[in-house]
Amino acid sequence: MCLKGENISFGYKRNNLILNDVSISLDRGKVLGLIGDSGSGKSTLCKILAGYENNYQGKVSIDGKEVLTKGYNPVQLVFQHPEKAVNPKWKMKDILNEGSNVSQDILDSFGIKKSWLNRWPNELSGGELQRFALARALGSETRYLIADEITTMLDAITQAQIWNMVLDIVKERNIGVLVVSHEKNLIKKLCHDVVYFKDINSVRHY
Amino acid sequence: MENKTEINAKGKKGTEALLKVEDLSLSFIQYASGLRQTELKVICNLSIQANRGEILAVVGSSGSGKSLLAHAILGILPSNAKLDGKIEYDGQELTQKNKEDLRGKEIALVPQSVTYLDPLMKISNQVIGAVEEGKEGLMKKLQREIFQKYDLKPDVERMFPHELSGGMARRVLVSTAVMSSAKLIIADEPTPGLDEKTLNETLSYFKDMANKGCAVMLITHDIEAALKISDKIAVFYAGTVLEVANVKDFKNDGENLRHPYTRALWNALPQNKFQAIKGHQPMQDEVVDGCIFYERCSKKNELCSKGIPQFKKVNGGVVRCNNVS
Repeated sequence: MCLKGENISFGYKRNNLILNDVSISLDRGKVLGLIGDSGSGKSTLCKILAGYENNYQGKVSIDGKEVLTKGYNPVQLVFQHPEKAVNPKWKMKDILNEGSNVSQDILDSFGIKKSWLNRWPNELSGGELQRFALARALGSETRYLIADEITTMLDAITQAQIWNMVLDIVKERNIGVLVVSHEKNLIKKLCHDVVYFKDINSVRHY
Repeated sequence: MENKTEINAKGKKGTEALLKVEDLSLSFIQYASGLRQTELKVICNLSIQANRGEILAVVGSSGSGKSLLAHAILGILPSNAKLDGKIEYDGQELTQKNKEDLRGKEIALVPQSVTYLDPLMKISNQVIGAVEEGKEGLMKKLQREIFQKYDLKPDVERMFPHELSGGMARRVLVSTAVMSSAKLIIADEPTPGLDEKTLNETLSYFKDMANKGCAVMLITHDIEAALKISDKIAVFYAGTVLEVANVKDFKNDGENLRHPYTRALWNALPQNKFQAIKGHQPMQDEVVDGCIFYERCSKKNELCSKGIPQFKKVNGGVVRCNNVS
């Protein structure tokens, strides 16, 4: 049971590949760290794995099957800036339940207060919004979570709060997590295993 | 005033305050419903001081009002902002007019994001800015020297902002501050999302500026980055400073730190205990009577719920907490 990306190549221009023949595999229930220089294509790889990007070469498979284009995607991506991932003109409760109805359990474990549900996104801080983004992404059908620098903009206490909650949930539900971060200490603390981007990607960037 | 003497006393020998902020409060007037107005308090009773040749880190969580402090010093707050308290620069009170005269010349901002660059203007024109007639050649030469020092290739000056990588954009933003020969540099979150090498490079630029005698105010939520280069750390929480600590106080279990919040922040780092305390920073519209940290504090007593604790000088730093002696 794993999320697999095989021989993936991607570029916006034909002669300038961002990813060249990259292969990565993430097992269910494992926490895998991904480290690389800025501009090396980490976020692009995340987008491809989560189905945000279509024009790539290579193959992405989930538990041995091809990715379906319809329905709930078992691979969910959470971004660095939650304020860019919510609709500013929707109330938080609508944002939260857009994809699927998020259970009260999840809300409790992320410490999302009832009073926040009636607020607009600009009335919450980054840490509070990121809790919503994670609660939304951890629906019952989620099998893999891709965390692209999700706590980079947060202070240490909020970072520890959020990661402790996420780790509990993924352990309980046997979800595989890909952690992208520049912070080596965080990766060391969270992950079972680490991949370095330069090892899996042979293209050099300037 | 009591606060003032205490804060002055903490300065090292031979260092001089370039910027002094005393009892600063900032609120926004908002329309609640219809014509009813409310006042949203975002910064209250804030006092800090930045010395020449030193880096003062202002560390705090998102939404604690760190950037607003920078904007208040530069005078770029929106029109519904109401500012109280005193800001002094080089012994002179900073009025709105003063701020407008000084910013970009003596006080420079290194903004957080690349979006502060004009997307339709070439890099060199943005770095040089508006120059007096006859000085263009001189400034161009200076700009080339600075670019060379920061390892920016000559063709960068003709590029547009979208052609730069994150690290290059950061160096361009820093070079705008160096160009202006400012004495006070305010850097607003200059580090997030940078890889380790670029991060250390960026930090060293600020250290250079301090070594040349500038006062640097480094606003960040990254306590680790702050510890690498700063002289003092001001810990910001919900619009006020709870503690000003020395870098050497951050070690072991944080037993030398004075405020419970600072200690919690230190112990939450992944390389330390990765331990999170419960609760949230109070929202700006919540009214808190006593200590702003009351609800989450492990050492609270009855006194703490009544009135804001006064600044106390403890062990070469200052702290706003009743339970420290």
